[in-house]
Amino acid sequence: MTTLRYVYAVCRPFRSALQAQLTGVAGVPPKQLTHHGLVAVVSTVPEADFGEAPLRAHLEDLDWLTVTARAHQQVIDALTAVTTPLPLRLGTVFRDDSGVRTMMEAREEDFRRVLDRLEGRVEWGVKVFVEREPAQDAEPGPPEHGAQSGRDYLRRRRMQTRAHEDVWQRATEFAGRLHEKLSAFAEDSRLHAPQSAALSGASGQNVLNAAYLVPRADSEEFVELVDREKDDAPGIRVELTGPWAAYSFTGEFAEEPEVER
Amino acid sequence: MTVVERREVSLVDLLDRLLAGGVVVSGDITLRIADVDLVRIDLNALISSVNEQVPSPWGELA
Repeated sequence: MTTLRYVYAVCRPFRSALQAQLTGVAGVPPKQLTHHGLVAVVSTVPEADFGEAPLRAHLEDLDWLTVTARAHQQVIDALTAVTTPLPLRLGTVFRDDSGVRTMMEAREEDFRRVLDRLEGRVEWGVKVFVEREPAQDAEPGPPEHGAQSGRDYLRRRRMQTRAHEDVWQRATEFAGRLHEKLSAFAEDSRLHAPQSAALSGASGQNVLNAAYLVPRADSEEFVELVDREKDDAPGIRVELTGPWAAYSFTGEFAEEPEVER
Repeated sequence: MTVVERREVSLVDLLDRLLAGGVVVSGDITLRIADVDLVRIDLNALISSVNEQVPSPWGELA
């Protein structure tokens, strides 16, 4: 079976061992590949699944994507416990160790710069949802036979629209203030696209989906800040996730120029 | 360190980060898999269609 190298993250050498039972995307334990004083965390994956064509196909398969994303995250999580990893995008694959080394050498300066920038920092995710009242969920139905006039129908519909606009406006104002406060506390912030309820299964409508870069040492204070803010928000739900590796803050890492291949 | 209880991370939160975040380097196998037509993933089609209907309150920031 031909195998390839899947890379999860690049980090500085770390002393603590990773959990012994940790497995990566193809069920194999990840290993460290040290080059020029940097460590790439890699695992061996079958070409049949991770070659370009099969990988493209797999990425459209939600079940496969779920399993793979969770395995990728498990490795990053384990790394976050012992060091500050610079996570790579899901699905970064090389032919062999030497391909990984070549990449590390080509991007060495960028890796060092961003690793310095992220050292000791974690990412926290904060989402704000508007809890919709049941009455607003129901679309105004067609007037029942003779039970109400067209005018009643229109009035009901206007009231529903207005109520929804009020809730929406209150929530966006709340989310805007929250984001301002949290951004002032955090070193950096990013806004992700609001999540679709169909996808997340979460109740309510997502109006803020943000990530904040916070020094690990200040995390407790950040969490308390979020907790305090969410107390005075009736009808609005605040969700906190983390600590994450700084996935959303690798943007300072310049996209590489097209290389001749 | 954290006072947050660890629940299982939701898939959407994960994908927000794994498919939109992280360093993009070209593997020598998968050239910019990040640029793969992700819209073709049902999931992403769903995300983008929702985003068109729900403009961000922060306009150009988002």
